[in-house]
Formats: sequence, C-alpha cells, structure tokens
Amino acid sequence: MAEFTLPAASRYKDIPGKRHPAPAGATRVVNFQIYRFDPDQPDKPRIDHYAIDMDRCGPMVLDALLKIKNEIDPSLTFRRSCREGICGSCSMNIDGVNTLACTKAIADVKRDVKIFPLPHMPVMKDLVTDLTQFYEQYASVKPWLQTKSEAPLGRERLQSKQQQEKVDRPSACILCACCSTSCPSYWWNSDQYLGPAALLASYRWIVDSRDEAQAARLDQLDDAFKLYRCHTIMNCTEACPKDLNPAKAIAEIKKMMAERP
Amino acid sequence: MKASRPLSPHLSVYRFAHTMALSVLHRATGILLSVASIGAVSWLLALAAGPASYARVMGLWQSPLGWLVRVGLLASVAYHLCAGIRHLVFDLGVGLEKHTARRAGQWVIILALLLTAASVGWMCFAGGAR
Repeated sequence: MAEFTLPAASRYKDIPGKRHPAPAGATRVVNFQIYRFDPDQPDKPRIDHYAIDMDRCGPMVLDALLKIKNEIDPSLTFRRSCREGICGSCSMNIDGVNTLACTKAIADVKRDVKIFPLPHMPVMKDLVTDLTQFYEQYASVKPWLQTKSEAPLGRERLQSKQQQEKVDRPSACILCACCSTSCPSYWWNSDQYLGPAALLASYRWIVDSRDEAQAARLDQLDDAFKLYRCHTIMNCTEACPKDLNPAKAIAEIKKMMAERP
Repeated sequence: MKASRPLSPHLSVYRFAHTMALSVLHRATGILLSVASIGAVSWLLALAAGPASYARVMGLWQSPLGWLVRVGLLASVAYHLCAGIRHLVFDLGVGLEKHTARRAGQWVIILALLLTAASVGWMCFAGGAR
C-alpha cells in the first residue's frame, strides 16, 4: 500500500544540518543543500548546506560534490566513476529530478542546488542507496541472449540493419536507476512491480531477432504487478539521462501481450 | 536490508511535473466520479418516489452549492474522458515520445476546459438545467 509520508526515523527536517560558508572574497556563490545520513551515528538524516565559490569549481554537479569531498567535508559519500555519463554510478535526485551528477550542469539549476539520494530507496550513507532489489529485478528478466537453435558454424548470429535498430537504443541503458526511482508506481510497489529499467531490459531481448525465448519472456511478465503496475505516468522517460524511452518499451510489451494468441 | 536504513525522500522532493499532475488528476476524477454515481442514484430514487421528493432533490441540485457540485462533476467527466482517450492512444503504442506526450497532455487540459465550458453553457442558456 502506498505510504505517502516518510517513516519517522527517515525524516530529514527534524535535526538542523551543518552550514559551511563560502570562502572570503568569493563572488559567484552557489548554495548546495545535500542530504546526509551516517549509519554509524544514531541521528536521523539531515540537510547540510555548502556555499561553493563557482570561480573555483568545475561546471557540473559532480565537480561540486568532488570539491566538497576534497576540500570541505571528506565524509560526504556518493558513488561516481566515469564522470561522462556512461557508468551510471552518480545517479541522484538533483533539483527535484533524477539524473546523473556528472552530466547535470550547475548553471541549469536556477536556485539552491538540492541533492538527495535516489527517491524511495534504503539509504546506506548520504547519497548512496541500496540497489540490491533493483539489480535482482534486472537479473529476473534474464538479460542475456537465449537460444534453442544451433549456433551457425564459423560466424556470429547475424542481424540486418533494421533488426539491429530495434535493439540499438534500448541497449544504451546504463542501469543508473534514475527511471525506476522516479516512478510513483515503483515507489509504492517496488516489491512486486519490476519498474521501467528492468522492463526496458526485458523489451531489449524480446525484440532481439536472435533471441528465441520471446514466449517465455512474455509469460514471465504476464502478471498483474510485474508489468501492469505501469500506469503510463511517463516520469521514467522524462528522467532518463540517456534520453531512452522506457514508457514506450513497456507500452510495446503490453501490446505484444494483448496480441498474443 | 538493515532495518536502520532510512527511506530516501520521494514525494516531498520530486519536482511535481505535468506527468504526475495528469496522472493524479486522472485518478482523483475517476474516484470522484465513482462516488458521485451514488448521487445519480439518489436522483433516480427521488424520481421513483414521486413528485414531492423529486422536487426536493431537484431543489438541492439547483441550489448554489448544487450548481458548484455539478460544474465540478462536469469538469471531472470532461477531464477523465479526455485523459482516458490519451491513455487508450498510449496503449496503442502511439504518442509516447517525450514531446508528443507533453503536447497531448496540454491538449487534454484544453479540451477538458472547452468541454466543461460548453456543457456549463448548455446548462445555463440552452435549458439543460431544467
């Protein structure tokens, strides 16, 4: 059942956060409000404020996070790796929308930059959430090529250009979880609803001309919750930092389901 | 999962965008109209019970508050109808590109307002209220 408010122990406004002022002489200052939670302290989560001198900071939100960690507060914890939008590690909620910190320009935020972990997830520390269930859902759609026929001798299973184009975009998913954790349906039913990321992955294999397990894949999704908790709100497609379209993939799966004999 | 892990904030931090607004409104009007169908039954019951009770119920519907409720219900029907058609089209796999979905959402609002205005106009001027 949908719980619209946070459990008491998860509320983040109950205790005041720390304030880190801008260095003297800074002229272009941007305020960052960042969600903090330390599992080794008994305290509830809180919001810390950091005033950053933009003349001494790179252009992206990730640059500011790294600056804070390196120069102001080494305890700030977040995931990051590639800093160019291909690893999917630095996904978080920035200025009210899920996206990647490395590809989000600070200048695009017109007010204080508010940074929260991905929504409605268990928080391990600060901006790091527990993605175990998300990965399990991804694994449950068996995201690999399944074949029954003999592999052709001496060459790959070939695809035409048109066949490849069907899987080209869906394959670009980086599993950052921005889409699934933007979806209100996923917030309320993540224990049963697979969520847009896992369904997009499933779609990517269902429409793959080389895959021979389409029927089994559809059988697995033919469930009131796994697939049909999608109500086409489209937060997923709006959030995707790779500009993919999970909502359309899910609609296509629903269509295939309806057209099945 | 450790029980002490807090749940990250969701509704309170996610920017309330057109996607959520359209969806919540569709649900809300759907629930409202289900409940309001009891009102339609009350009207039929009053009609069956004879002229005196019918006059009483019609009096209620034609009071200022009754008018307000009727306009609200008309707007709900109009919105739920238009948004429902948008969802039917979505289910055909059509209109799911970001910009077309946004545009369709705008059209749902515009058409719902026009439909509401037209039916209120019909109630006021063309005798629909009698």
